[in-house]
Amino acid sequence: MKKLKYALFTGCTAKQSTPEQMMSTLAVARKLNIELIELTEASCCGASHLQDYDDFLSLVLNARNIAYAEKHGLTMVTICNTCQLNTAMTKHRLDKNPELKAKVNEKLAEVGLEYKGTSNIIHFLYAIIDDFGLDKIKKMVVKPLSQFNIAPFYGCHNIRPSELHDESHKQKENPYNPTSLDDLIIACGGMNVEYEEKNKCCGFHVELQAPHTAAVLTGNAIAGATDNNADMMVTPCPLCHLKLDTQTKHASEAIGREVSLPVLHMQQMVGLALGCTPAELGLKHHVTEVNFI
Amino acid sequence: MSTNKITTQKVNFKVFRFNADEDYLPYYEDYSMDVTSEEVVLDILNRIKWDYDGSFSYRRSCRHGICGACAIKVNGRSTLACKESMSTMIEYFGNDLTIEPLSTKRAIKDMIIDKADFWEKHAAVTPYLAADIDECPTCENLVSPHDAEELNEADLCIQCGACHYACPAVEINSDFFGPAAFVAAYRFEADIRDSDAERLINVNEEKQGVWDCVKCFECAEVCPKDINPIEKITKLHQMAFKKGVAKNNVATRHAVGFLHSIKKHGVLDEGGLVLYSEGPSIVKHIPVALQMFRKGKIIMPWNMPKSDNLDEIQKLIKSSSTVKF
Ligand code: SF4
Ligand code: SF4
Ligand code: FES
Repeated sequence: MKKLKYALFTGCTAKQSTPEQMMSTLAVARKLNIELIELTEASCCGASHLQDYDDFLSLVLNARNIAYAEKHGLTMVTICNTCQLNTAMTKHRLDKNPELKAKVNEKLAEVGLEYKGTSNIIHFLYAIIDDFGLDKIKKMVVKPLSQFNIAPFYGCHNIRPSELHDESHKQKENPYNPTSLDDLIIACGGMNVEYEEKNKCCGFHVELQAPHTAAVLTGNAIAGATDNNADMMVTPCPLCHLKLDTQTKHASEAIGREVSLPVLHMQQMVGLALGCTPAELGLKHHVTEVNFI
Repeated sequence: MSTNKITTQKVNFKVFRFNADEDYLPYYEDYSMDVTSEEVVLDILNRIKWDYDGSFSYRRSCRHGICGACAIKVNGRSTLACKESMSTMIEYFGNDLTIEPLSTKRAIKDMIIDKADFWEKHAAVTPYLAADIDECPTCENLVSPHDAEELNEADLCIQCGACHYACPAVEINSDFFGPAAFVAAYRFEADIRDSDAERLINVNEEKQGVWDCVKCFECAEVCPKDINPIEKITKLHQMAFKKGVAKNNVATRHAVGFLHSIKKHGVLDEGGLVLYSEGPSIVKHIPVALQMFRKGKIIMPWNMPKSDNLDEIQKLIKSSSTVKF
């Protein structure tokens, strides 16, 4: 197989509150011989909030990020569900509306850039599954996670709106019963846990303005996984990870029950199965300790 | 459809049953049927009533996706029974299907629920045109096609409630108006003839308003009319800023804070955003922040990363900003 090569849009959390996510992304890419060219010029995607304030500006900034991936002639890979949503949504809107695209390009021209619409945008989870291939991963597993029940937590913005998902990625994902992360758990040797909250919201985006709603959603998710015998959870989204990993106290108070589970980033799970060390994967950066290693 | 071959397969249904007048608790009844690929969910409800149990109750009227009466849940997914094909349901969920009302806690009889909360919230956003219109007009009140497009299909809502009862924010916060009410609010806010000054303020209030939407996109996924309620919610946010009715609170500062951060660093300054949004209330985040700090999850201001070519970003912010707060 030709070596896989992507333009990596890290998003902001990977450089701040989830350093372990950056470390594990790079560690897994090394193991899989995937080349990632980091888009160091990229700005924040606005995290689904900037567009509430200024829609056009949000489009321009996201189009600029994509333009850099296009300059490399590469598919853009995101490692955050909300980055994926905002970037792919920008692409979707510009590609289907030439008038809007022209307006955005008029601005980008001021800094010598152009959005063409030539780069695809996919989440790293699907780069691993669709492009690299589950069967190949399975063959490379040296330390299977066979002793663990692992609850997949998909995160909203990778699976909804499903139209956007299906437009960006090779394989469809059923928004009501997604399977990609389950398949990846199995490929890594683990047991996938079925539970109701696997495709539900973690509440991250209203953490500040609606803390009770946010905490209940986090609590329900961890409780659902716990009640179905999960030893740990795994998620492809650093924002879900922040909620599930750092907010267990508020979550427990909100649902009136003590809940807490170790939560892995998708990349950390793959990394462990492929034989990366806990240090390489940044496991010490979790608030809820990963106590099984 | 007609070119496809009709196929038949066995499907096991677990159906929610409850009669508030007779039962203390709901229970589930099992039915097994051969289902053809041409059937819709409503056909199954009909067959349960006609072939198995005449007392089985559900709402339906038009059978054409117009009246909005027949919305129920299949395997937890809100769906319009007369429009949803069984083959899609089988494709999504396999051959074991659970049929429930939109909200089990609001059930009156089987699929029939008390939708009062939905209608109260609908009424609360004043879903009608407020305009001074001459009682004896001499010419028509024309709306140009361009202006009519602004409604963005919001006027196609059939008030089926599918989105409302799929919304986690409604489920947790009973004050939250919910996606359908916001669609209705947007329908009239986007109408150039409307002059209601209160509505936009009302749907921007804390607790009940648009800012409590968790951005899960459940509403966009389930709407049988492809109305995309969260898109309308986003537009209501934008309108509040554009029309100057956005209050200075944690929610609005959170949105604006992104701009300040991007202007300064290109990337988001996570700590700075929380501080900007919360103001003095930031103290309540200190315990978690300390835990995070100990795990190397918090960057000191002097170590804040910056985007390369930050000047480009700043230039674009200057030239492309369309709103002032
Ligand atoms: S996106 Fe917002 S309104 Fe829509 S279902 Fe989710 S929380 Fe409710
Ligand atoms: S927005 Fe769609 S799902 Fe919600 S009530 Fe209207 S038609 Fe039904
Ligand atoms: S019966 Fe009227 S919408 Fe289904």
